[in-house]
Amino acid sequence: MLLPFCWMITTSIKTYADSVQIPPVWIPTHPDFSWYGKIFEQVPFGRYYMNTIMVAVGRTVPQVIFCSMAAYGFSRLRFPGRNVIFIGVLAILMVPSQVLLIPQYYEMVRFHWVDTYRALIVPGIFSAYGTFLLRQFFMSLPKELEEAAIIDGCNPWTIFWRILLPLTVPALSALTFFAVLWSWNDFIWPLVVTNDDSMKVLSVGINSLQGVYVSKQPLLMAGAAMATVPLLIFFLVLQKFVIKGITFSGIKG
Amino acid sequence: MRLASETRLSLTRPAVKSRMRLKEMLWGYFFIGPVVIGLLIFTIIPIVASLVLSFTSWDGSSDVKFIGFANFADMFADNIYLKSLRVTTIYTVVTVPCTIILSVIIAVLLNRKMRGRDAYRLIFFLPSVTMPVAIAVVWKWMYNGSNGLINYLLSLVGVDGPNWITDERFILLSVMIIAVWGGIGYNMIILLSGLQGIPDSYYEAAAIDGATGWSRFIHITMPLLTPAIFFVMVTSLIGAFQVFDLVFMLTPPSNGGGAGGVLQDATRTAVYSIYQNGFTWFKIGYASAQAWVLFVIIFLITMVQMYLQKRWVHYE
Repeated sequence: MLLPFCWMITTSIKTYADSVQIPPVWIPTHPDFSWYGKIFEQVPFGRYYMNTIMVAVGRTVPQVIFCSMAAYGFSRLRFPGRNVIFIGVLAILMVPSQVLLIPQYYEMVRFHWVDTYRALIVPGIFSAYGTFLLRQFFMSLPKELEEAAIIDGCNPWTIFWRILLPLTVPALSALTFFAVLWSWNDFIWPLVVTNDDSMKVLSVGINSLQGVYVSKQPLLMAGAAMATVPLLIFFLVLQKFVIKGITFSGIKG
Repeated sequence: MRLASETRLSLTRPAVKSRMRLKEMLWGYFFIGPVVIGLLIFTIIPIVASLVLSFTSWDGSSDVKFIGFANFADMFADNIYLKSLRVTTIYTVVTVPCTIILSVIIAVLLNRKMRGRDAYRLIFFLPSVTMPVAIAVVWKWMYNGSNGLINYLLSLVGVDGPNWITDERFILLSVMIIAVWGGIGYNMIILLSGLQGIPDSYYEAAAIDGATGWSRFIHITMPLLTPAIFFVMVTSLIGAFQVFDLVFMLTPPSNGGGAGGVLQDATRTAVYSIYQNGFTWFKIGYASAQAWVLFVIIFLITMVQMYLQKRWVHYE
């Protein structure tokens, strides 16, 4: 299981000569960390990195806020059409993304958003999955929690922000992780909405790198390692919540 | 909340009551507004557009021309498309059972009390949080025919390894191996939570009856795990039918001719075909029609599974 990861890391610090040795060199004789610097010189890797982070943050922060707001609305407030609209949200979950891909792309063309952060970020904010996940979580919180606040005449925003949201931190953490994960690893959408090198994200950048630097494996491995490691750390930090989130949305959903 | 507000409202005049209702309604629309409007613009409108486009011959720039069901009829005569469905089916039929069987075995093993259990779980889950491009790049390097790690390891046991990703007979197998390797962890987590839901008392009773480890597994663990297996099966099948990223990254780009063309024929999955028609050949209408056909196929398979579950899924 771990072999590909080990191979990625060891190869990334091999000298070029070591990397093409047969039989393969397991542990680099002269660890060479310079590939991690070279990749920034040979391609705009720093730019890819910044784009990826901006897209991940730009999608995740509004997504968590909007989804938790919608989840509160669907689980706690009464208004005409609530159930019909919620069923509509559930129906969206069933539509495969490839049905959306082409019309979404032409929507971006029409908005003149191609090759902008708007195209990379905005369509990724609104999540039926996140709304559903958080709504299920809100439903599991007892309604007595808010009663006192309602009698005191607090408005729904205060109840949402002060009382319920702090209790949903585990679910919010899970959603945050998934939103970042999907955004970070997203490939096909950034691939179609960006042409300019300066707008590429890591996944698209590394994919095009491998065509050009096919013989420089350590360079590719260094790029792959740098693209992977931040997310692995992020996962280790939120691990407990992530696993809860999977089982929660998986079994009960 | 309903109780609290109603006892309070009953003391007030009807006019106040209806104003409260109106207020709650406005708050409701305020809270769901952003998500609903966003989904409308970026999901619902595209879905409708895609359905409309599938009945046209649009190429992305000319006027939209309706051609009825011609796109759907064309698919039956399109060998490239039919082949892509075959590739997708082979991929699904191989990877889904392999992944599920392996994840059940690993989940059961990692459910016992043992040292380093959490570390092992983490290791199996790692591929699920790794960027697919990074996975593809590393595996490509390991698959390399002449100086790749895998063929070296095979040579140690006297096997002359093939050109994994440049031979059209092996490239799909190579993709499937990565898919199984990468798919185990996520399923394992869901199966583990299913295993943890099995009450210990069942095993204790079985132990008193003198049941062996194997018969406990067959008669208690497996039946009670079927709901989790069913869930994993449904989601894995949906995912397998939509496979794209890995295939795209492992297949060299090509315009249809040469060695790349042969490799592409060997790995072109249904979604790859949609992507090519839409973004390489600009047959937007045709690509949209293919996307809808794929949706219908996935939907029907899911429905069949829902129907068949009565026969084998054991709900308490």
